[in-house]
Amino acid sequence: MKLGFFTQRYCTVEVSHRCLRTQEWRTSRGRCSRPPFLIPSLPPGTLSLTTRAMASSSDRNPPPFSVSEQSEPGLSDMADGDSDDGEDIFVSNSFQNHPASVSRGVSQPEVAADLFSEEATAAKPNGVHSDDDDDDLFAEAQADLSSDTSGSSARKDLSTSSGLLSARSPADLLPTSLEQLEEEEAKDSFDVDVAVTNPEKVGDGMNAYVAYKVSTRTSLPVFKSKVFTARRRFSDFLGLYEKLSAKQSLHGCIIPPPPEKSLVGMTKVKVSMDDPSSVEFVEKRRAALERYLQRIVSHPLLLQDPDVREFLEREDLPRAVNTQAFSGAGFLKMINRASDAVSKMTIKMNESDSWFEDKFQEVDMEEQQLRKLQAVVDSLVNHRKELCVNTAVFAKSIAMLGNSEDNTALSRALSQLAEVEDKMEQLHQEQAGSDFFIFAELLADYIRLLGAVRGCFDQRVRAWQRWQEAQSTLQKKREAEAKLLWANKPDKLQQAKEEITEWETKVTQYERDFDRIGMTVRKEVLRFE
Amino acid sequence: MMQEEVNEATSVLSIYGHTIKVTEVLQDGDTLTFIIVSQKLSGTGEYHVDRTYEDFEWLQQHLYAQEDVPGLQGVIFPPLPVRPQVNASAKVMKQLGFLGLGEWQPYCKALETFLRQVAAHSILRKNKAVEVFLTSTDPPGRQKLRRNIFNRLSQAVEGLRKEGHKDVDEFFHTERDHNLVLTGHTRTAAEKFLDVVLTEQKIAVACGHFAAALHICVENGEDPEKKAFSRVCVKLSQVFDSIKKNMTSIAVNDMNTLGLALDLGSRYLEAEKEMLFRRTCKLVELENARKNAERAKPVKKNAMEEVKKAAEGEFEQICKVAKQEIVQLNQERVEMLQKNLIQWCEQQLQTAKEGADAYNQHLQAFIAMA
Repeated sequence: MKLGFFTQRYCTVEVSHRCLRTQEWRTSRGRCSRPPFLIPSLPPGTLSLTTRAMASSSDRNPPPFSVSEQSEPGLSDMADGDSDDGEDIFVSNSFQNHPASVSRGVSQPEVAADLFSEEATAAKPNGVHSDDDDDDLFAEAQADLSSDTSGSSARKDLSTSSGLLSARSPADLLPTSLEQLEEEEAKDSFDVDVAVTNPEKVGDGMNAYVAYKVSTRTSLPVFKSKVFTARRRFSDFLGLYEKLSAKQSLHGCIIPPPPEKSLVGMTKVKVSMDDPSSVEFVEKRRAALERYLQRIVSHPLLLQDPDVREFLEREDLPRAVNTQAFSGAGFLKMINRASDAVSKMTIKMNESDSWFEDKFQEVDMEEQQLRKLQAVVDSLVNHRKELCVNTAVFAKSIAMLGNSEDNTALSRALSQLAEVEDKMEQLHQEQAGSDFFIFAELLADYIRLLGAVRGCFDQRVRAWQRWQEAQSTLQKKREAEAKLLWANKPDKLQQAKEEITEWETKVTQYERDFDRIGMTVRKEVLRFE
Repeated sequence: MMQEEVNEATSVLSIYGHTIKVTEVLQDGDTLTFIIVSQKLSGTGEYHVDRTYEDFEWLQQHLYAQEDVPGLQGVIFPPLPVRPQVNASAKVMKQLGFLGLGEWQPYCKALETFLRQVAAHSILRKNKAVEVFLTSTDPPGRQKLRRNIFNRLSQAVEGLRKEGHKDVDEFFHTERDHNLVLTGHTRTAAEKFLDVVLTEQKIAVACGHFAAALHICVENGEDPEKKAFSRVCVKLSQVFDSIKKNMTSIAVNDMNTLGLALDLGSRYLEAEKEMLFRRTCKLVELENARKNAERAKPVKKNAMEEVKKAAEGEFEQICKVAKQEIVQLNQERVEMLQKNLIQWCEQQLQTAKEGADAYNQHLQAFIAMA
């Protein structure tokens, strides 16, 4: 079945991104289908079909997480074993290898679904229809991709960014005729690239804050210009997050969590900008903010959001309030509280879709593991710091000993030893710093992300509950109507009927909401992986 | 402190002093037994004896209590390490310092050094107790230790008063001051170094935990994604294992060379301090005797004079021996520190090279994976 109102059209996209490590902009050209923003929104039915196909496929063959990224040359020259920065992976997503296939791949799942399923029902997706054909798709896709899969630096951090391409990869090889069909989202043409740079201290004393320069390069027509910058401060970022999470339409999306507030760090910065520990803090924060923005712009739905665009473009944002809630521990607590509240609600959700349950378990387990790792890394970093301190003290005591020695040769030797130990202390400090940067931050980041994933699962549960409540209310109204009918009170009857119709619509709407959320969640999770 | 010169006088010792080894330590409940091996002078074999800490103390007491040895109090006695305790409390561990680390290997080394120095000391080796200790198969008597002058001198009360006593001899005066300063610094250095070593060990343990935790993340499955991830985890875990090994050997190197040296140095300086203190006490005694002799009534005059003369004679002896000992101590201390510093540097260099090689390999492996 062809959906007639889409026509085959390509436009060339210049994808530019900046490698965080080498600080240079790289561009590449790729062809992609029409950008999502210009497509009229599809009727809800199509949506469900879309996800159904993807869901079914994900049941049997979790998409081989795209490795086209890894084969990118930019990554290969920075494989410092385990000292890779997570940041690098996020920034240097490149489309140098498979721009075309990427775009083609995107259209596939939806198209496949369109071919196979009939109508939009709100039934839970079951992969029954699309199974066989999807099988073939994946067989081919696997064959193709296996050549790409060069070993793997598919570490945890890569899995997130490679999620960008995961939606495409399974159906990489569907015949080009299907390409004619356009689809709306789930296509990351990396047209937007953001960088956060130049932290500057603005103001004085306790009212000082650090302003970051947010620069964007894009070729999307929806933005006013190709390159623009804006100055933002940390609370602006938090405000953006708050706005995004409050939006109903984004329910079910995994909204990337912002970096944490830190009272200690900020106070240090306010006091002095030159202090090495505050420099480190600012640097960490800058990197985290950049990662945060990268994640946001690479999420197609979020990119459509006017708030995001405003954030990137506008000169001055109104000062965001209510950001106290977002201190790091507070954030996690918030998520946990929310999920606790949900689980305590009276109507317990029957998870009739095992996919969700499995995924949830997975996410949970992953989070546990990450927490354990984080604890270990934390202790390692602490020990290293301790070593720094101890080495310094030792160096001093050796120096004193050297001074008090009569024998000049020995004295000299000891003083030199003291100097060497001093240098070693520097080294150790560096090591501790880099350990921290790389491992601990990464892990903390991931844990936060997983928390966000859980939050999105929760939203789904809440939607379901709303739906159920609406249904039971409807039931009651119907009973009331029946009673009235029996008692023969025509005017009340009319009112009851109206109420019923009203509730019926509500029920259907909630149901649809629930499904929509369900699908979004699925898509999101796949993207995330 | 090894004196390589062999005493030409009849030496009571029938073994080569520098071959003494404490080869093993056996732990039986709360007691530690040490196996001591030494080569016979006659070249016909070895003596194997087993001793506990009490036996060492017995030896030490006998050394202290020698009669008829002129100027014994001027001798700087090789220091015996503190009594070892299995499952020691924190305070005792702090006292033991480096010797409490590991499975008593540093402790054995310290005992070994003690015995070697006793056997090499020109005055002390002549004591029969040494021979008995090293050769007799039966443990030397573990009877109650006799009170002797040294026990008495360890009493703190007199000590404080006499420590500041002005000296008559310039040499000794400077030496006392110097010793005070040096002792403090050496002890501080030893303590701080111990801290460093302990932290290194902690880092090693933490690395091990990290490596183990990474292993937990490894999942089985057909998913190529998972496989890839598992592979990375395994590799990373290996890297941390080698980091751990590296750290451990760094700590061991530290312990065996500089650690022991600093520890020994500080104990020897303490011993020197005690010797100087004994000398000072003798000095005080002498001065008292002199005063008494002057003020004595004619009746007692002669007796006092005798005492005075005896005291003077003793004092002179002590000073003579002490001077020798001090000079020797300083020289040997410098040598020992130098030797150990060199050894330490060499070992650390070796470990660093090995570590660099291992890391390089891992790096190559990661690059190949990417």
